[in-house]
Amino acid sequence: MTSSPPPYAVEMKDIVIRFPGVLANDHVNLSLKRGEIHALLGENGAGKSTLMNALAGLYKPVSGTIKVHGEQVSFGSPKDAIAKGIGMVHQHFMLVPTQTVTENILLGLNEPRFFMNLPKYDQKILELQEQFGLRVDPTANIWQLSVGEQQRVEILKTLYRGANILIMDEPTAVLAPQEIEEFMQTMRSMTEQGKSIIFISHKLHEVTSVADRLTVLRKGVATAEGIDIEGLTGEKLAELMVGRKVIFTVEKKAQEQGEIVLDVRGVSAQNNKGVPALNNLSLTVRQGEILGIAGVAGNGQSELAEVITGLRECTGSILINGEEVANFEPSKAIKSGVAHVPEDRTGVGTAPNMTITENTIMKNYREAPIGNRWGINFTAARSRARELKEAYDILAPSVRTQARKLSGGNLQKVILAREISVEPQLMIAMQPTRGLDVGAIESIQQLLLKQREAGTALLLISEELDELLTLSDRIAVMYEGEIMGILDAKDADINDIGLMMTGTKRSEA
Amino acid sequence: MKFPFTLHFEQRTDDYPKWLPAVTSLGSVVVAFIISGIILKFIGGEPLQVLKFFFSATFGSWPVFSDTLVKATPLIMVGLACTVAFKMKLWNIGAEGQFYMGAFFASLVVLIPMVPLETTPKIIVIGLMMVMGMIGGAVWGFFPGYLKAKYKVNEIITTLMLNYIAIYWNNFWIFDKWSDAGFQMTPQFDKVAWLPRLSDLAKEYPMFSGITLHLGVVFGLIAAVIVWWILERSTWGYQIKLIGDNPNAARYAGLNITRNIILVMMLSGALAGLAGMSEISGVVHRLQERISPGYGFTGIIVAWLAKLNPFAVIIVSIMFGALIVAGREIQPSGLAYLLQGIILFMVISSDFLLRYKIRLVRTEQEVA
Repeated sequence: MTSSPPPYAVEMKDIVIRFPGVLANDHVNLSLKRGEIHALLGENGAGKSTLMNALAGLYKPVSGTIKVHGEQVSFGSPKDAIAKGIGMVHQHFMLVPTQTVTENILLGLNEPRFFMNLPKYDQKILELQEQFGLRVDPTANIWQLSVGEQQRVEILKTLYRGANILIMDEPTAVLAPQEIEEFMQTMRSMTEQGKSIIFISHKLHEVTSVADRLTVLRKGVATAEGIDIEGLTGEKLAELMVGRKVIFTVEKKAQEQGEIVLDVRGVSAQNNKGVPALNNLSLTVRQGEILGIAGVAGNGQSELAEVITGLRECTGSILINGEEVANFEPSKAIKSGVAHVPEDRTGVGTAPNMTITENTIMKNYREAPIGNRWGINFTAARSRARELKEAYDILAPSVRTQARKLSGGNLQKVILAREISVEPQLMIAMQPTRGLDVGAIESIQQLLLKQREAGTALLLISEELDELLTLSDRIAVMYEGEIMGILDAKDADINDIGLMMTGTKRSEA
Repeated sequence: MKFPFTLHFEQRTDDYPKWLPAVTSLGSVVVAFIISGIILKFIGGEPLQVLKFFFSATFGSWPVFSDTLVKATPLIMVGLACTVAFKMKLWNIGAEGQFYMGAFFASLVVLIPMVPLETTPKIIVIGLMMVMGMIGGAVWGFFPGYLKAKYKVNEIITTLMLNYIAIYWNNFWIFDKWSDAGFQMTPQFDKVAWLPRLSDLAKEYPMFSGITLHLGVVFGLIAAVIVWWILERSTWGYQIKLIGDNPNAARYAGLNITRNIILVMMLSGALAGLAGMSEISGVVHRLQERISPGYGFTGIIVAWLAKLNPFAVIIVSIMFGALIVAGREIQPSGLAYLLQGIILFMVISSDFLLRYKIRLVRTEQEVA
């Protein structure tokens, strides 16, 4: 045994975590030095949260070892991890809104046992706040606090429990820009006092400004393990994150483009948290054209789809075939011929307990032969659903099957069948192939190209760059609610796109 | 030696046969009777005797069956009221209040009077009372619907509270304005405002003498058909079900959720209001205190047991009507409530069988 303490707070070696059908972490290594901020980067579903949940005692790895301060550990529950000084600040806060800050911090602890001498503990918490610069009134109720303050309460909670290794799961996702700056300061002051931090994010500029070292995950595999941030160029970062993989060969025919169908002019909007999500954004899509939208998730893509389909309020103007649709009810966009393949198949795109038939008539249940103003002819609806099931190769026992019993790929085909069968003028497809297997991806890409041939204007929002490069005619890159540039897909350079996605480059065109 | 089989519960991925819900519901009622029988045996009763008496007191002859149907009539309409609202996941707990308001509005026709009672034909008086009853219930459904739709006020609280307002509103009028010689009831209505009963036909058909079954039961049956058509065949019903199953998808499909919340609450209220009208016009023939022994709340259970199927509401209502009649006949009367509780518990538990398949698996196979 060496006399000097081991330099690493955490060492995770060859971690393998498997879920049914998915290898979430494939021999991942991660080492956290004492007093450093270690960034963990990766797209949605890359396995970041899984890896961290293993460190916090929520999952048990199939194989691999975890050492904390040089001592090998095996966590049976989060309690074991907390006992070793590991605290996790989750993306979704776990606070009781009607109780005070102090009460929330004390919740679940053995002290105080019976009498709540709150003022005494308020004082303790104030001292802790002093130490780390996490200012928040201990007597305030949680519901009175801003999101940033609530996050400080979550951090205080872990510190109060004696954590010296903190895991922050996308802490900046909920914060406004000024709050983010403040938060960065807090992290630095915590590491100065000997805490070690793992910082999960997919915003590159934050990572480069605050972290010491970096680990990148892609599809469960580490593409970079603990490399120094110093001297890391934007190009290199983008490449690590975007990566390259085999491109499917889907044939795209050259074809003439027609009139402008979608004309978005100077649109701004806020996200659900009231933070600006779209900033004076303009774009156009023509008949028979696929405009791809590239960008890291959370840069305003969802909001863009929602303002066009009438699901979100905005300022500015959105014309479809010359007609204004911004800030109308969603039915207005539907009547103007807008089809929408939503990002959330189960939460928005379908009704889980209704049958395939009922899900396929969602947008045309009032049109002959399926229905009229008053009634629905379910015999006609069922035979239409059977035709669609056949044509789109939807695998299900019958059209009476409930949507929730379908696999992701089949559910997506139900949505596409419904949206395409109304012969749209404009189709907005958001992450249409996410989470699907190769076969389903290919057939859905074919369906989108067929729409293009039929003269539909398509807005394709995807995080898969290869998909965008294969399908799109032009690619617009979004970053923090703005278009960084629009490139012709034929001669688009993947590195350029990567740079624009990270906000490092803006094209003049 | 170990038992060579284990029970396996698997989530159903296929469609269950159409008849399965009916079979499991019926099965749970049978199981509920058996369990009640066991309890009876334990406390020293004679389960078979009680069961026999139970059936003879509720279904045994035309007069008692008629009593059962009279009790079932308001339950059918209130059960339908809850069915409509619950399909959209609107938790209307206010059918009781809507029932009272329906009764109050229908009484206005007679008590003001809105039409000269001596000269107006019965069909007009009754028709007017029906319309007024439905308006009364619909108004009482409109307020919570509007508050929910516009300001996201929890409808469970508002409908529940409005129940008390409706009951005391009624009390004010029957104690103060229209009290019959100081009793908490209005004078008896003129016969023109009575719903026709089968006993009215006793002169021509002696078999109907003493049979109190009134026309309200026909309202209930027609209402069930209409509600079935709305829910299963109309565009509106499709919207109601879509909003109930996934409001996000409904908004995405361009539905007006705000308007539907208000309309569904009004339809629900109108059905409960019609039940109130049928009860005062068909049974008590005056507005009085406690015209409902909690029909509005029993209706919630009825709708739930019927799995929100309008025709099953009829069958369940008759069963509950029988339990109410039996509660009056059997001592101790708590027995009927015991049975009611066990049935409810069993039927709700039987949902498990629709979601899961049960398989016997040989333990050895498991190892291999």
